[in-house]
Amino acid sequence: MNADLAYADKMDSRLWLIQRITAVVLAVAVVVHLATIIVAVQGGLSAAEIVSRVGGSLGWAMFYGVFVVAAGLHAPIGLRTILREMTPLSPGATNGLMIAFGTVLMGFGFRAVLAFYEMGGG
Amino acid sequence: MKVSIWRGGKVGRFVAYEVPRLENQTVLDVVTYVQRKLDPSLSYRFSCRVGMCGSCAMTVNGKPRWTCRTHVSKVAVGGTLEIAPLGNLAVIKDLSVDMRVFFDKWAKAGGAFKGDKTRDDDFALIKPADKQRQNANAGIECIGCGVCYAGCDVVRWKPDYLGPAALNRAWTLVNDARDTQGPVRLQLIAGENGCLGCHSQQSCQEHCPKHLSPTASIAGLKRAVSVAALKGRL
Ligand code: SF4
Ligand code: SF4
Ligand code: FES
Repeated sequence: MNADLAYADKMDSRLWLIQRITAVVLAVAVVVHLATIIVAVQGGLSAAEIVSRVGGSLGWAMFYGVFVVAAGLHAPIGLRTILREMTPLSPGATNGLMIAFGTVLMGFGFRAVLAFYEMGGG
Repeated sequence: MKVSIWRGGKVGRFVAYEVPRLENQTVLDVVTYVQRKLDPSLSYRFSCRVGMCGSCAMTVNGKPRWTCRTHVSKVAVGGTLEIAPLGNLAVIKDLSVDMRVFFDKWAKAGGAFKGDKTRDDDFALIKPADKQRQNANAGIECIGCGVCYAGCDVVRWKPDYLGPAALNRAWTLVNDARDTQGPVRLQLIAGENGCLGCHSQQSCQEHCPKHLSPTASIAGLKRAVSVAALKGRL
């Protein structure tokens, strides 16, 4: 087996493993997220209510930070596999595109998390 | 009975033949009738006729099947048959496909057994109830017919994907206590063209005439690869 192939296989295996692990994290995170929404909307939903709950909370910021990282890793790895199976894009181009996609995803995610954190409670 | 059979190579066409319908007739009987009585230039492969050698696989009414043990009564919808060469493999002529890629992939997946004992050593003692022995048992009856390979979508999308049969073979060896190629083999079958490329949709298992589950074997390989990767052994 040539060295490049071994390297590519190694990367594939790592990415695969990362995707499975982030899937587990996302499964838990999504459940918490949905449960919170369901509980929170009981008294009607308003921007002020959301800010008062999430704003300035380090706990929520950390929770959603983990969520963002998991999503930002999980989605591009999955999309990478689809692109490699379904399109003639080269492996290099696919990797480049997906790094960009993951970066944008995490960028937006962290922007939202930070914004809420900076808003403070109430 | 009306039977259409693929004639030619990659380019070709279906040719219609009229074959007498007999009781207990297999698809292979039909093909043999055409070759013996109607057109001796028809090319196809078979050997054992009893489901052991794995050489008679073809596409019958759109599905990959072993033809020697497929009864016409089971597959002839509306009393007609369409017989084509096995999918996902290059057609040589008529119903014969080039199986080299298929078997080369067995070699690529570390399909060869390598032990470290000689004839002077004692037998390896393995209990029938041993978990690994049972894993190997579950996959070991493969006859190398290529039916699963022809039915696998991932093979169609990614021609370099090792495919269900080769990976199933690798899994039986991963579970062979006498084999010495453990980590080497895992490196061969990790990666997107190896076990990680499988979508687990069980097309292989659905079509396998021996009722094996390459999907389960591949899931086992995925676990083995994950553990090896986590332990930094990959
Ligand atoms: S389960 Fe995996 S090996 Fe079997 S047909 Fe699907 S992709 Fe192919
Ligand atoms: S796993 Fe089943 S379908 Fe695939 S080659 Fe072996 S016997 Fe044939
Ligand atoms: S001829 Fe041997 S398996 Fe069908």
